[in-house]
Amino acid sequence: MDVSRQAAVLGVGQTQHASRRADVSIAGLVREAVDRALLDAGLEHRDIDAVVVGKAPDMLEGVMQPEQFLAGALGAHLKPLIRVHTAGSVGASTALAAVTHVRSGLFERVLAVAFEKQSEGNAMWALSPNLPFMQPIVAGAGGYFAPYVRAYIARTKCPPHIGPMTAVNARENGGRNEYAHLREPMTLDDVMNSPVLWDPIRYGETCPSSDGACALVIGSEDVARRTPHKPAWIRSGASYAEAMWAPGRDQVSPRAGKMCAKAVYDGAGIKNPWKEIDTAEIYVPFAWFEAMWLENLGFCDVGEGWKAIDRGEQKMGAHLPINPSGGVLCTNPIGASGMLRLGEAALQVMGRAGAHQVDGAKTALGHAYGGGSQYFAMWVVSDER
Amino acid sequence: MSASEPPKEPVKYVEKQVHLPYCYVAGDYKARYLAALKDKTILGSKCSRTGKVFVPPIVASPESFAPCDELVPVADRGIVTTFCIVNIPVIGRAIELPYVAASVALDGADISIYALVQECAPEAVRMGMRVEAVWKPDGERQGSHEDIVHFRPTGEPDAPLASFMHRL
Repeated sequence: MDVSRQAAVLGVGQTQHASRRADVSIAGLVREAVDRALLDAGLEHRDIDAVVVGKAPDMLEGVMQPEQFLAGALGAHLKPLIRVHTAGSVGASTALAAVTHVRSGLFERVLAVAFEKQSEGNAMWALSPNLPFMQPIVAGAGGYFAPYVRAYIARTKCPPHIGPMTAVNARENGGRNEYAHLREPMTLDDVMNSPVLWDPIRYGETCPSSDGACALVIGSEDVARRTPHKPAWIRSGASYAEAMWAPGRDQVSPRAGKMCAKAVYDGAGIKNPWKEIDTAEIYVPFAWFEAMWLENLGFCDVGEGWKAIDRGEQKMGAHLPINPSGGVLCTNPIGASGMLRLGEAALQVMGRAGAHQVDGAKTALGHAYGGGSQYFAMWVVSDER
Repeated sequence: MSASEPPKEPVKYVEKQVHLPYCYVAGDYKARYLAALKDKTILGSKCSRTGKVFVPPIVASPESFAPCDELVPVADRGIVTTFCIVNIPVIGRAIELPYVAASVALDGADISIYALVQECAPEAVRMGMRVEAVWKPDGERQGSHEDIVHFRPTGEPDAPLASFMHRL
């Protein structure tokens, strides 16, 4: 592989996200995102050399190997088609797999697609099934992560309003994103007074369950120079994973996340992410994770993440706008959520994020995680090579 | 509406349950771990390089990559490293709300397990609280995770935060 070969995002497409898209089948949902991405890139299906697909485990919709029955909707007939599996980070890993395809030199234009149609199954069941011989996880997905939120609060003395503040900001941002699932504003009181589902996590601090899809067209440098819009240059990308059960594993700030962040910063020549990155789309399914990831991603020192949020540095127009799209707290079709983070980061540096554009964004981070905070995938994109 | 009457609204989706029975094999270590629960014994496996103990037992350490070829019993008591209070029902779990789902570090183990903490008010549970397993009575244990009904406070002094914050 010619590692000096550059790749860029040529087009970004996403569906209207909602709790139930009863107007389309899974194939129709996927096709909505694919058509928009191709239109955005000024390309047609025949221009695509290979297709990479990602979604969360098959149990979410109960369809085995959906990439095969979706081949038609994806425009993948007679083309290489591969599926990526990395739990909740899969949308991001899928985009990175498409980048690897392009950088290999074998493909000029690769379509990356990620989706979830959560209304067709039951995500809570699919994410914590009671499998034979396995130690049951006794509390569902939120109950899995809530103890680590508690540990973060205990370690850093994070005050109780940080989660609600983050949730309020996410909704304010989501209100400007025409594709977001939840767009109604919330007040601090709304969140503080919402039911505590998994103490310390309140209802207002949780992500929704969405139907939605995202598609990206990734192209080589030659192709990117001829694209109708300014492309987003992929400066670096990396994915790291760690074992679920390792002694001393820190689920509050996992080592794989730190290593992955270091790898993408090194790859992009970034020495100080807080200064050199203009905006970040990071995977925050429960509001408290925004403060936790600010530290894990090296934007802030340990114990300083919540303070940056308390100062409002994550808001639009402030130092480091986080999740201008509203992020996972407004829209969560699990398999697509990671690709939406990377795609939204790309839209920012292309200058085409519409009403949620960060003024002058030149360099952006896209981030996703999955499993029991085990799988991490990220990229750094810029408006210049 | 009778079955022969056509639907008045266009059908956009149907709800359907699919049943498919599977036959799972536990594997050597897991089979011995489960069988030992019948005798109120919790087995872990010890890493041949680092000496760290995994519960449930696994055959190789994801940390050192060395074999964990010795099965050792660990205590049926330990500390709550962290927890949450669950206020909404979870599918497949018929437990009275609210309840405490905790990460428990058993004495002698280097990996925490998930556990229910009962026999005290949820708001009384603390990080560092000492708890012990409550077993099903003799003759009722089946060699499954359900043989431990839940954990309950022992009344011993709490462990200091610094002693377990690095190993939740």
